[in-house]
Amino acid sequence: MGQITLQNVQKSFGPVHIIKGADLDISDGSFVVFVGPSGCGKTTLLRLIAGLEDVSGGNILIDGKNVVDVPPAKRGLSMVFQSYALYPHMSVRGNIAFGLKMAGLPKAEINRKVEAAAATLNLTPYLDRKPRELSGGQRQRVAIGRAIVREPKAFLFDEPLSNLDAALRVQMRLEVTRLQKQLGTTAIYVTHDQVEAMTMADKIVVLNGGKIEQYGTPLELYEKPANLFVAGFIGSPKMNFISGEVAGRHDAATIGVRPEHLKIARDGEGWPGSIMVAEHLGSDTFLYVDAGAIGTLTARHVGELDLSAGDRVLLSPDPGRLHRFDESGKSLRA
Amino acid sequence: MLLTPAVALLFIWMIVPLALTIYFSLLRYNLLDSESAQFVGFENFRYFLTDPAFLASLQNTLVLVGSVLGLTILLGIPLALLLDQPVIGRNIVRLMVIAPFFVMPTVSALIWKNLLMHPVSGLFAWIAKLFGAPSIDWFNDVPLFAIILIVSWQWLPFATLILLTALQSLDEEQKEAAEMDGAGALSTFIYITLPHLARPITVVILIETIFLLTVFAEIFVTTGGGPGLQTTNIAFLIYSQALIQYDVGGASAGGLVAVVIANIVAFFLVRIVGRNLEA
Repeated sequence: MGQITLQNVQKSFGPVHIIKGADLDISDGSFVVFVGPSGCGKTTLLRLIAGLEDVSGGNILIDGKNVVDVPPAKRGLSMVFQSYALYPHMSVRGNIAFGLKMAGLPKAEINRKVEAAAATLNLTPYLDRKPRELSGGQRQRVAIGRAIVREPKAFLFDEPLSNLDAALRVQMRLEVTRLQKQLGTTAIYVTHDQVEAMTMADKIVVLNGGKIEQYGTPLELYEKPANLFVAGFIGSPKMNFISGEVAGRHDAATIGVRPEHLKIARDGEGWPGSIMVAEHLGSDTFLYVDAGAIGTLTARHVGELDLSAGDRVLLSPDPGRLHRFDESGKSLRA
Repeated sequence: MLLTPAVALLFIWMIVPLALTIYFSLLRYNLLDSESAQFVGFENFRYFLTDPAFLASLQNTLVLVGSVLGLTILLGIPLALLLDQPVIGRNIVRLMVIAPFFVMPTVSALIWKNLLMHPVSGLFAWIAKLFGAPSIDWFNDVPLFAIILIVSWQWLPFATLILLTALQSLDEEQKEAAEMDGAGALSTFIYITLPHLARPITVVILIETIFLLTVFAEIFVTTGGGPGLQTTNIAFLIYSQALIQYDVGGASAGGLVAVVIANIVAFFLVRIVGRNLEA
């Protein structure tokens, strides 16, 4: 079991409020990603759950039990750190076994569990090596092995893939997701990379300035962003925001349209503009269009499009995929 | 090629004194009778090595080096841990802890001799009197221990400083990982902190040994090697050979013996603790 509930959790360092009251319900076995720009408090929130920081107010319940006064080791959670935090002088075996050794398990049982964890993570040939003799991906797997061997109620991941190169990151992303599904253990994963968030999460928590902006499945966030911040943060390239007269015609202070929902035409209806930059990726074409008073718009076309900088185009939004926001930035729903 | 002059200069700088020492060590050369200097082969070495004072001073040297190393490391670790804690005025406290290292050995030995350890007017005697205990005449009753205390006091800041910088380089996330793994303060110290300090401790041992083998000023100022030979180490023995007995030949031989001893000690030290420095 690993059901985690946050009730009005607050954290301040002196006069600075980092977390301004977070309420959250994480159901057992789900993969929840905290995402947000740097300094939004996502790591702090994770550390509060882990017990590495003390809350300034509110409750953290794990399986219905308030744990705010419980030391980290007794909360039944395990954490994978950004730097991996492997113990450099211990072998891979020693690293994975350390938590079990501290728990005072008998040697035979420790060995059995360590070997099982190593087998799951393809680390068996490296058990007697030191961390410095391993590659980045292998170190990452040792850190994960150290987490799973304790059979925790939940895994906490603090930006674990940010030190890997792009190709390895994609691979580890898959491995972590697969492992979590296989073990069925609750996982909380902190990242600033929205692609990681969208691909790995069952549910995403978008944080900004110490507040939870929205909590929902990846597609909910994509299709029904609660406010301007979420709309702008989720999706790549960023959503286009248009305010002023054009937005007024839709009874909104601001309207948003994703680059992939802008139809590109050479003639007919639409906002006229001239292409500033055209990026041809083969699979996609990204156009950065100067649309006069409306501003700069980004448009995405699946497949190749024979346009280049300087060309004039007309952009028309998909009316069903238009997002409307009021003055305070909140989403308006029809 | 461009380095040749520098290397040559350094080589001459080193080789001339060494060559002269070797030359003098083979002569019967007394300053009181310098006219009659003559070649005697290895006689000086035989005299020096069979002198009972040699074994006594060798033992004193090893006891002094070992005790000071032990004291500075055993006290340096807790002191460094303490200074690593965030407290108000930490920088001033650090500066004060480091201060003894900047005091000249002669000066600190005089302070210890006259202000602290003096059997009549010293601070320790005064404290002993407060409790009604007899005052200790440090340099007569426990002379070598007194020297060890003074030298340890001088070298403790060095050990503390090296260990403190090492502690500050210990990854905070590692300590947190250990905390998540259920390690208490003691387990964290034994399994995380102490292994991390292995390398700086090695550095402290190697560097301190080099300097502790040649302790001189503290002995010269306080006990003058006595009573008897109780605080005479190799360095002081060589000094007394040369400038009390005016026996330049014997002192040169002693100096060469000291070089050999230092190399033997260094060899074993590197074998025992130097492995930590690899990788």
